[in-house]
Amino acid sequence: MTFLAQVLAILWKDIRCELRSKQTWMGMGLFALLVLVIFNFAFDLRVDNKAAIAPGVLWVAFVFASLLGLGRTIAAEREKGSMDRLLLCPVDRKAIYLAKLLGNLLFIGVVEIVALPVFAALFDVSLFAGTLLPIVLLGTLGIATVGTLFSAMAAATRARELLLPVLVFPLIVPVVISAVRATGSLMVPALNEPPWIGLMAAFDIIFLSISMLTFEFVIEE
Amino acid sequence: MALAKREATIEQRDAGIGTKQRETRLPIASLILGMLSLIGMMVSIWMIFLYAPTDAVQGQPQRIFYFHVPLAWLAMLGFGIVTVAGIGYLLKRDERWDWAARASAELGAVFATLTLITGSIWGKTTWGTWWTWDARLTTTLILWFIYIGYLMLRSYMGRTHASARAGAVLAIIGIVDVPIIYESVNWWRTLHPSAEVGVAGALPPSVVLTLMVSLTTFTLLFSFLMIQLYQLQRAQTLAQRLRASIE
Repeated sequence: MTFLAQVLAILWKDIRCELRSKQTWMGMGLFALLVLVIFNFAFDLRVDNKAAIAPGVLWVAFVFASLLGLGRTIAAEREKGSMDRLLLCPVDRKAIYLAKLLGNLLFIGVVEIVALPVFAALFDVSLFAGTLLPIVLLGTLGIATVGTLFSAMAAATRARELLLPVLVFPLIVPVVISAVRATGSLMVPALNEPPWIGLMAAFDIIFLSISMLTFEFVIEE
Repeated sequence: MALAKREATIEQRDAGIGTKQRETRLPIASLILGMLSLIGMMVSIWMIFLYAPTDAVQGQPQRIFYFHVPLAWLAMLGFGIVTVAGIGYLLKRDERWDWAARASAELGAVFATLTLITGSIWGKTTWGTWWTWDARLTTTLILWFIYIGYLMLRSYMGRTHASARAGAVLAIIGIVDVPIIYESVNWWRTLHPSAEVGVAGALPPSVVLTLMVSLTTFTLLFSFLMIQLYQLQRAQTLAQRLRASIE
């Protein structure tokens, strides 16, 4: 099996697993919607403060929902005992990481596709400008690269639900700042904005490479 | 007797540690470092409060800067040591690297906490606010969170090889992330006074001298405490293994 075939095989396994149970997708999607609704009450949105608050609300919903899904990726394998079998397979550890990352991206992506129109409707903003797609994609990739790596670490402990956010939140600060700023500048165009999309792209490339290289140390038994 | 024998075999099993030479040599090194940092601390305190001139603009509160800068430097150095020791562990698979990483993480977390506290006190008197979201402050805070995350991860995972590897990976990701966090917050907003030590004529020589003495003293103190914590980590690991062998 080539590297790509290995990745796709593991990814397909995860997708089929998820399609049968639908637990993660439903949970993450509902959670994201609930966060949007709660923030609506928490901030008392009006026309004059909408541009300042809405991007933050959107990304907080995305980050929280992502972490819910990320926590499940490796933990579910460990609970069923299938992690050992996956490790016994003659596949490259990088393929396991990449498959898990793609799976997470897909799950988070589905949630985002559902949450974005709801967000636009609830907060009465038009977000569907041309560059929203790369911002969401790069931001999600940044959260998922670091998150997938750390979910493998947190899954090995008793307190994984607690530990994953504690480890991931500090590290994704650059992604959160850039994503919120970039989304904000879509709503209200600002002059002299730093290259936020470039920062996210750099973050993604750097941490994708480091995570690929170090993943084998994290899951090694 | 049987216990003592078992202890001896465990000591021998850990190649290179617990040999007689090391036992006798290390206390001397730590004694010297301890004495040097004690003397250095006396000299530093005299220099900070009596020798260094009072800042014309900021007044007395500026003196906290002689504590703040060394603490911040050691908080960063500590994370560097955690990473280097982590990489060393991944390459050599020798648990001595891991003891060094853990010791440095514990120490670094304390220094990072003190950096935040001293910085806040200075900020209150000079900027009139305990906290601002400036790039250096924010990065130090994030570094503190990473330290705490590291210590939590290590304590949840226990003294296993998996724990040591996970800690090393976290340290590598963290040290690469810290400059990116700094840059991103810097683009976001910044207020911190920039370093004026290297600039000729910016600071009187007595201030620079005091700062250098203080930096050296705190670095000595850091190395002294580092040896103690390393020994503690070693003793804890051996004690845990001993207990496991009895049970």
